[in-house]
Amino acid sequence: MMTPLKFFNPVLGLVIAPFLLGIINRTKAVFAGRTGQPLFQPYYDIWKLLRKGAVYSRMTSWVFRAGPVLGLAVALTAMLLMPFGGLPAAISFKGDLILFVYLFGLWRFFTVISAMDTGSSFEGMGASREVTFSAFSEPALLIGLAAIAKCTGYISLTQMFSSVVPELWLRSGPALVLAGVALLIVFLAENCRIPVDDPNTHLELTMIHEVMVLDHGGPDFGLILYSAALKMWLLGQILIGIVVPIHSGNIWLDTSAAIVGMLLLAVVVGIIESSMARLRLLHVPQLLIGATTLSVLALVLR
Amino acid sequence: MNNTADIIMIFLVLTNMMLLGLSRLGACIRIVALQGIALGFLPLILNHWDIEVHLVLFSIVIISLKGIAFPWMLNRTLRELATQREIEPFIGYGISIIAGTIALVMCMWLSSRLPFPEPLMSPLIVPVAFFTIMSGLFLIISRKKALTQVLGYLVLENGIYAFGVALVGKQPMLVELGILLDIFVAVFVMGIAIFHINREFDHIDTDQLSRLRS
Amino acid sequence: MILALLLIPVIAAVLSLIVRNDILRRLILIVTAASHTAITITAWAIEPQALWNGWLMLDKPGILFLTITSVLFLACSFYAFGYLAGEAKSKRQVFEEETFFTNAPEAIFCACIEGFLGTMTLVTVSQHFGLLWVAMEATTLASAPLIYFHRHHRSLEATWKYLLICSVGIALALLGNFFMVIAAAKPGSEGAAIVLNALIEQGHDLNIQWLKAAFLFFLVGYGTKMGLAPLHTWLPDAHSEAPSVISALLSGALLNCAFLGILRCYQVCSAAGEAQFCRGLLVLFGLISIGWAAIFILGQADYKRMLAYSSVEHVGILALGVGIGAGATFGAMLHAVNHSIAKAMLFMTAGNIIAIYKTKVTKDVRGVLSVAPITGVLWIAGFLAISGIPPFGIFVSEFAIVKSMIEQGRIGIAVAFLGILAVVFVGMSAAFLNMAQGPKNNDLQAKDRPAMAFTILPPIALGSMALMLGLYIPPVVENLLHSVASAIGGY
Repeated sequence: MMTPLKFFNPVLGLVIAPFLLGIINRTKAVFAGRTGQPLFQPYYDIWKLLRKGAVYSRMTSWVFRAGPVLGLAVALTAMLLMPFGGLPAAISFKGDLILFVYLFGLWRFFTVISAMDTGSSFEGMGASREVTFSAFSEPALLIGLAAIAKCTGYISLTQMFSSVVPELWLRSGPALVLAGVALLIVFLAENCRIPVDDPNTHLELTMIHEVMVLDHGGPDFGLILYSAALKMWLLGQILIGIVVPIHSGNIWLDTSAAIVGMLLLAVVVGIIESSMARLRLLHVPQLLIGATTLSVLALVLR
Repeated sequence: MNNTADIIMIFLVLTNMMLLGLSRLGACIRIVALQGIALGFLPLILNHWDIEVHLVLFSIVIISLKGIAFPWMLNRTLRELATQREIEPFIGYGISIIAGTIALVMCMWLSSRLPFPEPLMSPLIVPVAFFTIMSGLFLIISRKKALTQVLGYLVLENGIYAFGVALVGKQPMLVELGILLDIFVAVFVMGIAIFHINREFDHIDTDQLSRLRS
Repeated sequence: MILALLLIPVIAAVLSLIVRNDILRRLILIVTAASHTAITITAWAIEPQALWNGWLMLDKPGILFLTITSVLFLACSFYAFGYLAGEAKSKRQVFEEETFFTNAPEAIFCACIEGFLGTMTLVTVSQHFGLLWVAMEATTLASAPLIYFHRHHRSLEATWKYLLICSVGIALALLGNFFMVIAAAKPGSEGAAIVLNALIEQGHDLNIQWLKAAFLFFLVGYGTKMGLAPLHTWLPDAHSEAPSVISALLSGALLNCAFLGILRCYQVCSAAGEAQFCRGLLVLFGLISIGWAAIFILGQADYKRMLAYSSVEHVGILALGVGIGAGATFGAMLHAVNHSIAKAMLFMTAGNIIAIYKTKVTKDVRGVLSVAPITGVLWIAGFLAISGIPPFGIFVSEFAIVKSMIEQGRIGIAVAFLGILAVVFVGMSAAFLNMAQGPKNNDLQAKDRPAMAFTILPPIALGSMALMLGLYIPPVVENLLHSVASAIGGY
């Protein structure tokens, strides 16, 4: 049933998502001793890009143009599935966590094929790296969610996250911690944060995500930036759902707590990015296998 | 009480996984030391934190042996060596971690089938003990550096000890101390052997110790 | 009396570390061995008192294996006197390579060998499985420096393999210990004490599944120490790189003590009614060991390694004998005695050959009968003894085992056993006879080694003992062997 409250959840995400990027950048700047970009810079960037014209190569086809749009569509669909704070998801049914994970796969598929559509080996290299690493991170995500499902006893995202209460933490604390750490690693991997990928780098040897979207310009690139921000919001919601177990019944309290949690998560990611170096590409699969192992432990150890 | 034992067991599992995936020898020694210290607290926890003199004494002995004495001996040996890292082992690190996960699942399944005489404090202790034994054996078999093989032996003993503490309860003090003394001397002798190996061969790569054949 | 047996080697070891004079140290070794043997023989007549609430006691199997160890050690201590006198103090060249090596300090050798005696004694007198485990691991640790006496690459590699593989095996035996405690636990009481007699009394009250698992772990764990294939991989290296006197002790005494550990568990299993299960496993491991050893004896280039593989084969025969049961258990116990004597004699003779020819390669040794007649005769006699040719003792014990096999109707195993023995005989005869016969090489001097009598007399003594046991077994020995066999659960 579609009530205005259920729509509030996705709208909240649509508005606040780019703000997270701004907080991460500001945190990194503070650590580096710089003043840094304004907090709302991502909004300005997206607005600027949307007003620009686009240049399309003659080598590309409709796939190239459709990629960013489809990506945004998938992200919006995923937004409808995810609960946040005290707000239930717009659509929920049993087993929707599997749909959630596969929407990410679909998003990745569209990005990859639009990258390969350019015919450039540069994007192909990025695409192959992306697909390899996602082969390791998708099990971690799925098994991590399954572990939480096993702890709470529900397999619908809304019901799962609404039953993560402090009593659950007392009972299955270790499993939730393990799942949380695994999902944090998946968060860093999927959003191309250090230690998996550096969002600021422009060196061929080290790029994974940036190189896939290198040829997109103008509005397309704006859409891609926005859907990347939405992806960060979505994965962050999972983490906040585990870590902030406040379900007092008062929607405003729960939602404000969750928003504060997301902002803190962005700060934490900024801190992680500032204090670590990027992993060698050969070691990224090991990290992701470690994340999968942690999720399996969370699933198995109850 | 239940939870503390559970947390220690999960900590054990995590340390085993890290050992399977790490290549830096110094870090491995520290992780084995942490394992030993965690296990030192296990008798007290399993006794519901009742302070009995011989239990406390025993915990102190174990923590000082496994947490202080062994790492000190092994670090001294490590200082003499040229390299501080394990070379690429027979079974790669990523595959080792996956194998470890599969081994853990197998151990949990196996332990659910075993008939135990008394109810256990935590359902995790026996599977994790078996898993630790298996990781120790895995480290001995799949790694090339002699120092990592000694660490594998220590992990194997840790696992057997965890099993003993969980299921066997009160062993005669003399036997326990005898076992610890034996392990201490074993690690001591192995450390000396590694020192000699390093001096003779200029490396501790046991893969190359293959002059004696058939 | 048991306390004296345990303390004498310890005191001697400490003294060996303090004393500076080489000759004095070697004399201490001989005195220790002589007093140890004297006390052991007294224990035959007077039953020693049990100590520590029954933890330390000399029962029939214990006294048998203790006597073997003690007598062997006496012979080896005399041999070691001559051996150490002949060892050069300075750098020498390794036989097989171009590198040089030195020996370990003699004090360490003497102290470790006396410690080795003490720990083996502890194994034979332990009635508590935990104490048995401690003693077994202690034997590994005491004997490792002995293997590394000649300090070069090959012996270091052998020592590392020995240390690691035996320690891992014995650690698995510790797990078997814990399984046995669970098997013996009565619900509601404290942890059971795993003393042999108490466990045998419990008999059918023991939990069968855990007991079977315990026996399996004991077999694998102590079997590694004993040299059962496929866990024997350390044995050829260690026995061939160690000094010959140490090889004699390892093959003759240590493998028996490890077997004692398995036998103790077998005793408990028989009391619980699980003898059939244990026997099947013992037969399996025995046959695998004999077969494996036979394959590696054929065409073996290094004669000390060949002797080591022969030890693997005979250890397999021991396991096979106990596994067949009934009369073969007596045969296995007799075989333990005969094999120890014959193998020690062979290793000592091999040591003499190495001292003369300075090589361990079979092809390079020719004409031992001409160069050193006594050694040559001992070498041939040893070969006949170890292959089971009458009138030496091993023939009697192997015959008893085969007889029991045929009586039980296990013809297939008997045929396989005899077939493999024949293969081993062919393999070894080529090597032994080629070494002994041949033209004399005038370059080699056999006469001018210092204290040579000490290295000749012990093998002669052991050889005559082997011959005598083949012709006539003293009634007191035969009674002991029968009582050991029935204690283990033969008949």
